Amino acid sequence: MSFIQVRNVWQEYGDQTVLEGLRLNIEEGEFCALVGASGCGKSTFLRLLLGQERPSRGQILLDGQPLAAEPDASRGVVFQRYSVLPHLSVLDNVALGLELPRAPLLGRLFGHAKAEARAQAAALLHRVGLDHALDKYPSQLSGGMQQRLAIAQALIMKPRMLLLDEPFGALDPGIRKDMHALLLELWQETRLTVLMVTHDLSEGFTLGTRLLVFDKVRHDPQAPSAYGARITYDIPLNLDRHATREAVAALPAHVTERLKTA
Amino acid sequence: MRLINRKPGRSWRISLAILPFALLLIAYLAGSAARLADNPQDKLLPSVVQMADAVERMAFSEDPRSGRYLFWDDTAASLKRLGMGLAIAAVAGLSLGLLSGTLPLFGTSLSPLLTVVSMIPPLAILPVLFIVFGLDELSKVMLIVIGITPVIARDIEQRAREIPVELLIKAQTLGANTWTLILRVVLPQLLPRLLIALQLALGSAWLFLIAAEAIAATDGLGYRIFLVRRYLAMDVILPYVAWITLLAWLMDYGLKRLTRAAFPWYDGGRA
Repeated sequence: MSFIQVRNVWQEYGDQTVLEGLRLNIEEGEFCALVGASGCGKSTFLRLLLGQERPSRGQILLDGQPLAAEPDASRGVVFQRYSVLPHLSVLDNVALGLELPRAPLLGRLFGHAKAEARAQAAALLHRVGLDHALDKYPSQLSGGMQQRLAIAQALIMKPRMLLLDEPFGALDPGIRKDMHALLLELWQETRLTVLMVTHDLSEGFTLGTRLLVFDKVRHDPQAPSAYGARITYDIPLNLDRHATREAVAALPAHVTERLKTA
Repeated sequence: MRLINRKPGRSWRISLAILPFALLLIAYLAGSAARLADNPQDKLLPSVVQMADAVERMAFSEDPRSGRYLFWDDTAASLKRLGMGLAIAAVAGLSLGLLSGTLPLFGTSLSPLLTVVSMIPPLAILPVLFIVFGLDELSKVMLIVIGITPVIARDIEQRAREIPVELLIKAQTLGANTWTLILRVVLPQLLPRLLIALQLALGSAWLFLIAAEAIAATDGLGYRIFLVRRYLAMDVILPYVAWITLLAWLMDYGLKRLTRAAFPWYDGGRA
């Protein structure tokens, strides 16, 4: 049985269909890159997995159980923006994840437990290269450092699934490369299941073990929102780079065109 | 160079800031001197010496009848009412705004109510307050509370809704329940906003305070001003008004400094 099972999921807002008939199995430990043109439902799919929205039709199973209908500690997330809490220092941003589940009444730990949580957070921050900025506030960090912090914050929870919504979309190309390296290392260490939405096709190739292309199959010129997107290509990446390149070369021009311009 | 691109230099900045105050002062002194030269009994524009005498009389010598220093008694009475009113309004406004802005179930009922209640002119229900709460301290404090709580609550509600939904989701993935989410994520981000809302509400709070004291009180800055008005005692009224202005400005400045000192992350913008 697959780790994540997506069973005929539809997402509709009023008469606007965003996703239609999504069927998908994802194994534990896979790194899926979700690509597609703007507005074709990649982020919607991520929100469904996160529990931020519920599918209009169909079902998503996690380990055979229906997915909890609200965000919880089993799923970590990094957004493009607003991923870190502006009023907490770097260290507290990460330590918060250790404090909240253990202190349902006050939301904070004291004494020995607090020191332990902070030490654990500091160790993880060291791992992502933020050990020099523990006492800074997020607004004092660069964009890349903020995303490092957001990743550390998500990982301290030891989630089973990490959801990334264009996490590096706002970063410079050089910094983006560093982030790719960091993310790959962390993924190899933790072996968690990662789903990443990206606009950047090459980013999907560099990182993913599997590429999922979202696209609309049906078009009604009179009602552009009548049909939703499906997963049109599902390409395994890590097996054979050569075969992958051929598979990508075989993608129809309109898909790759749109991805490049997006 | 176009006017829009001209900025005052460092030394000019101070001079330009002082200029309007200096002009007003000069205009007053000239007007006062002219009127007093015309008629030494004139009470409308007292001279600086007359005002200093009045301050001496009110603040630094005992009142012959009560044996008290009226100016300081008035100040203490007014500040006590204002402080209580502001404190209660801050707590009530923060709680209402937080509930309404964070929890959709509460907001659906609270939000329209707050909107309507904030439209009631507080001074129009001042008689009601006097009837319900009596003529002593409680009704005056209540006027301030009723006057500014809805404004603060609506501001806080708005700010709570402006917190990016990503942050609320993130906190839930970090294991927060509704209570700890409010306690550790929403509330800390709203506290600096509360101080700013208080700063903006200060003007109205003073207005309601003076109005309540003018109508029914036996002490207080507003009471004194309206009392000596009967004798056209401008030499008392003007120093009192200046004192009120100074107090209000100090509170405004204090709140601003407090916001910066207590929430260093706030000034740097949002992450």
